[in-house]
Amino acid sequence: MLMLECPYCGVTADETELSPGGEAHLTRFGPGASDDEFHDYLFMRENPKGVHFERWRHAYGCGKWFHAARATDTLEVFGTYPAQTTKPPQEILDKISAKRPGWTWRDLK
Amino acid sequence: MSTRLSTHGRLIDRSQTIKFTFNGKWMRGHPGDTLASALLANDQMLVGRSFKYHRPRGIVASGAEEPNALVNMGKGPTFEPNQRATTTELFDGLTATSQNHWPSLEFDVGEINASLSRFLPAGFYYKTFMYPRAFWKHVYEPFIRQSAGLGQAPKDRDADTYEHFYAFTDILVIGGGVAGLQAAKAAADSGAKVLLVEQSSAWGGRAMVDQVDSETVNDTPVDKFVEEITAELAAMPNVTMRLRMMGAGVYDHGYVLAYERLNDHQPDADGPRHRLWRIRAKQTITATGAIERPLSFAGNDVPGVMLASAVRDYVVNFGVSPGDRTVIATNNDDAYLTAIILKKAGLDVPRIIDARPEGGGALMEEAKALGIRVDLGRAIAKVKGSRRVTKVQICNQAGEGGVLDEVACDAVAMSGGWSPVVHLWSHCGGKLLWDEGHAMFRPDGDNPPRGASGEGFVRCAGIANGAMDLAAVIADAHEAGKAAAKEAGFTPKRSKAPAATSRADAALLPVWLMPQGAKTELRAKSWLDFQNDVKVTDVQLAAREGFESVEHTKRYTTLGMATDQGKLSNINGLAILSDALGQPIPATGTTTFRPPYTPISMGAIAGEARGEVFQPIRRTPMHDWHDANGADWEPVGHWRRPYAFVRPGESVEAAVMREVTNTRESIGLLDASTLGKLIVKGPDAGRFLDMLYTNMMSTLKPGRCRYGLMCTENGFLTDDGVVARIDEDTFLCHTTTGGADRIHAHMEEWLQTEWWDWKVYVANVTEQYAQVAVVGPKARKLLEKLGGMDVSADELPFMGWADGTIGGFACRVYRISFSGELSFEIAVKASDGQAFWDALMEAGSEFGIQPYGTECLHIMRAEKGFIMIGDETDGTVIPQDLGLDWAISKKKEDYLGKRAQERSHMTDPNRWKLVGLETVDGSVLPDGAYAVGPGKNANGQRNMIGRVTSTYHSPTLGRGIAMGLVQHGPDRMGEVLEFPGTDGKTYKAKIVSPIFYDPEGEKQNV
Amino acid sequence: MSKPVSALNGAQFHGIAEVRDLGLQGMITLRGDLTKPKLKSAVKSVTGLALPKTGGILSDETGSVAWMSPDELLLLVPYAEVDAHLATLQKDLAKEHSLAVNVSDARAMFSLSGPKAREVLAKLVPVDLSPGAFEPGMMRRTRMAQVAAAFWMMDEDTFHIICFRSVARYVFDLLTVAAQEGSEVNAF
Repeated sequence: MLMLECPYCGVTADETELSPGGEAHLTRFGPGASDDEFHDYLFMRENPKGVHFERWRHAYGCGKWFHAARATDTLEVFGTYPAQTTKPPQEILDKISAKRPGWTWRDLK
Repeated sequence: MSTRLSTHGRLIDRSQTIKFTFNGKWMRGHPGDTLASALLANDQMLVGRSFKYHRPRGIVASGAEEPNALVNMGKGPTFEPNQRATTTELFDGLTATSQNHWPSLEFDVGEINASLSRFLPAGFYYKTFMYPRAFWKHVYEPFIRQSAGLGQAPKDRDADTYEHFYAFTDILVIGGGVAGLQAAKAAADSGAKVLLVEQSSAWGGRAMVDQVDSETVNDTPVDKFVEEITAELAAMPNVTMRLRMMGAGVYDHGYVLAYERLNDHQPDADGPRHRLWRIRAKQTITATGAIERPLSFAGNDVPGVMLASAVRDYVVNFGVSPGDRTVIATNNDDAYLTAIILKKAGLDVPRIIDARPEGGGALMEEAKALGIRVDLGRAIAKVKGSRRVTKVQICNQAGEGGVLDEVACDAVAMSGGWSPVVHLWSHCGGKLLWDEGHAMFRPDGDNPPRGASGEGFVRCAGIANGAMDLAAVIADAHEAGKAAAKEAGFTPKRSKAPAATSRADAALLPVWLMPQGAKTELRAKSWLDFQNDVKVTDVQLAAREGFESVEHTKRYTTLGMATDQGKLSNINGLAILSDALGQPIPATGTTTFRPPYTPISMGAIAGEARGEVFQPIRRTPMHDWHDANGADWEPVGHWRRPYAFVRPGESVEAAVMREVTNTRESIGLLDASTLGKLIVKGPDAGRFLDMLYTNMMSTLKPGRCRYGLMCTENGFLTDDGVVARIDEDTFLCHTTTGGADRIHAHMEEWLQTEWWDWKVYVANVTEQYAQVAVVGPKARKLLEKLGGMDVSADELPFMGWADGTIGGFACRVYRISFSGELSFEIAVKASDGQAFWDALMEAGSEFGIQPYGTECLHIMRAEKGFIMIGDETDGTVIPQDLGLDWAISKKKEDYLGKRAQERSHMTDPNRWKLVGLETVDGSVLPDGAYAVGPGKNANGQRNMIGRVTSTYHSPTLGRGIAMGLVQHGPDRMGEVLEFPGTDGKTYKAKIVSPIFYDPEGEKQNV
Repeated sequence: MSKPVSALNGAQFHGIAEVRDLGLQGMITLRGDLTKPKLKSAVKSVTGLALPKTGGILSDETGSVAWMSPDELLLLVPYAEVDAHLATLQKDLAKEHSLAVNVSDARAMFSLSGPKAREVLAKLVPVDLSPGAFEPGMMRRTRMAQVAAAFWMMDEDTFHIICFRSVARYVFDLLTVAAQEGSEVNAF
């Protein structure tokens, strides 16, 4: 059972205080999008063994959504950061690169 | 026979005698006994029957690894099956019965299975119960069910209580033997917070039996060392020590479950029986010791054959001798300790059978000096006896089992070496190494379970880590304690491990079968898994039949699948499998170690969640009134809502009919407090709601209400409700009863993760208000009687709202209707809810006011053709399916779900659409029934063209009415469809408009 | 007109700790930009208190201000004064993007007190409640068994706990089960 630090309230929260929200950094496609774009937005998800970026909500705590950079194979957590961003912070990317040279996720390296 | 000795027994209090019963027979024991030691003291070696062959089974071990001595404990509300006698502390009045036999333990009909064992090989069930197929349900399944399961399920409600406890510590040490104590001390010396737990009722572990007479730590006898270090730890403020608490499982990110047995040994005490500790530890040290392995020889399951370590445990700890004449069989030096202890206790040890041609070291010499005969290079060919050992036949270990000699005895103490308890290390991914010298798996320190930081969070100490003698154990534990403290962020004290003595043992000889070349008939009597009756030949057969993976062999043979989870059998079994496959043991590997380490009670898992607090029940402010006034409760999410208010002598159905008629003809009251109420405020609130609802909310005027639909990005309907605009920046959104939290979260999700630059705040004020729907043609009269605000049609028209007071209560009144009647939904502060309800009931009595429940609400809304989220929708229905196109804005460029609703499948003209259904004979359609059309599908089933989504008897219309989704439904008005019921009847219903009652809305708009 | 009543109307339980329904408590949820001076002064004018730090709560004799999230505060004021304070807040913050609502009746509030209060609560919440880890001045929103709850300490032996009104009975029952006689943990 995971523990993740909520970047808003600073609490290292037990997983039972959190609710998961699937893959992070999706780009919304709405009316005007092609069938393929919309299909990919709605259904296509990464399923990596390794580095992953996820959304979590501190549901029983401060109620805020945040992102977690995490390894799905070892459950190592590289960092958490607020959800109001379209890409992970550079320091977290650097940390991942230091620990997992050669990692990739979508178009991130 | 087994009996109580006049000497030894460090754990028992001989000054007191306590009484207990086994299979109804009164026996005596002492405080400090386990049930197993007390049974042995009463010469009760036979304690149960094995699962498959019903073979007689005796006590084998002295701890958590015991496979045989499982008993039913207690009676009635304290009854519990499958309790291990070896870990059950004796108390006065304990009642235990043996399991898995009929009619009695001594005479068991199922024993016939044993003589049929040739016909019950591994995979017997898979091979036998295949054909004919017709037998599956009525012959094979009842047979298998009949023979499945060990012990009986309790029939009464559990009288005990249980609880959880959340604990946080820097370092958790599991195991209170010398390794655990030393590791805890080294860790605690750094200042780190340490929690030390021990599953048994005493500190010190095996050293108190094995090393107490012969070895020292810091030149102090081991028992003295244990006493001192225990006292030192107890005096440290940063150390918490718990006995009778087992590390049950290790999970991600340093999460550990520990199982504390508080009152098993004192059943009359106050407080919970078990406590499940939910621990978060920065570092965990498992000092869990090792478990001795049995040897695989013919007849190793006969009662009286025990682990050598267990035999000496019973003598030293409890002053109990398992036998008068004990033969020792071993492949290592440890078993000599047993021989020496027995001999010194005045018991007979006629022979030590050592499989090693060169024999052992110093201990062997000591045994010889005591006059014990030692046979080297020898093996047990077969143990004779059925309910008790009578003699052993001896052969050469190197041969096939030709008998050289026979020795009469009533007990056999066996030792096949030791296996470190690596369970907790392995639960969360710690890897193992094969230690060739000791023929055992031990933790691979380079591949620990890793936590959030990417670093290991579990380390093993002592024998659990493969350190095999006292000096090594103490040194290893000391280092483990310091290393864990460092990893947890503390500075360990510069200190050396206490110096301890070492024993000069000769090397162990791996012996997986005794004798090495045992003939089939011997192998077929050599047990690996005592509880599940798996023999050497079963594993060999599995290998021949192609079950090469250890995980497959386990499931095919059931090796290690009993309640002991293979603590004794796994390593021996996989050694046999490896041999059969011609590969080294590490190539075969182990099965997966899964938590819990030993079974824990269901009560402990549930904790406090039982009875009244099994799950939260949400109550409205008027809950108690409803309960006192005949409410037949319906769960709606966690809410409880009255389904109907049933009068004395009235049926629930009659109550519902009465409520509908009364509300339509005079006046009804509904507790609508459960409806979600969300305040949405900010300069972008209108824009935000335009994205959330399918219709336009930004054009709503303050003081007005509008019904809205919410979809997910998939396009499917997720919620509906009435939105009221409070002022230019503020809206109040009503959600469905179950929807408040979900829709609140949905709003926050979009605001926080997509439109975070929009200026909108949301607050969930659902429970701030008690909301009462005053419904029916006399509703206005009632409100006017109570007085306080103008509720006339001019001042408060349909779909308007206003703040004011009614009967002295500050309130907000919404002119909205879910029933088709004149209706006012009135919100007051929750704390005023009951008083307001009372006022309405009292003032309304002259108008014939009656409360109504959810079923009445459902019928009235169905008569009006209003949809209900969860009835007409199921997560695959879009608003267009329900004829709700009028509530979908054509002007808006975007809303959640709009793009999805343009997808080809969503615009398919063949989608099922909402219609009304009227049975031809006026009866009620079965809920969920499907309409069948012409032709058959690919599976030969009749094609389905629609289904019933809501169905009721309408007292207003005096007939059954229903709503349903039907292919091309709206174009098929008047057509009669067939709905086969599950009762064998076929129901015929005509497609009609879903609005059955007052289609012009004349009644609600007055 | 009859008096407003809290969910459990003053219920009490005495076990290894004491549990009490504290009756009606005025509560205002205030959402807004907590860095804005206007918001700080509005809170000050209503409660006389400054803004707490992240995860904190500030109290005096008449009330408290608790940090609930980066853009949300909970103001605890006397029940009878809520409407007046709301009016003040709405006036003071008229030009700020903010939201102030009365949630007094949407909640229940309990006290849990006695030397064993910490360990009674630790049976129900996944929070480190050992001395030093949790102290007066801290506000914690979390899960209590199966529902949302928030709590803080009035002094070393006393917690105040708030939950939704609809689950008041559940939370009270939870606390009484956790405080049953003979269930001391003696872990702190």
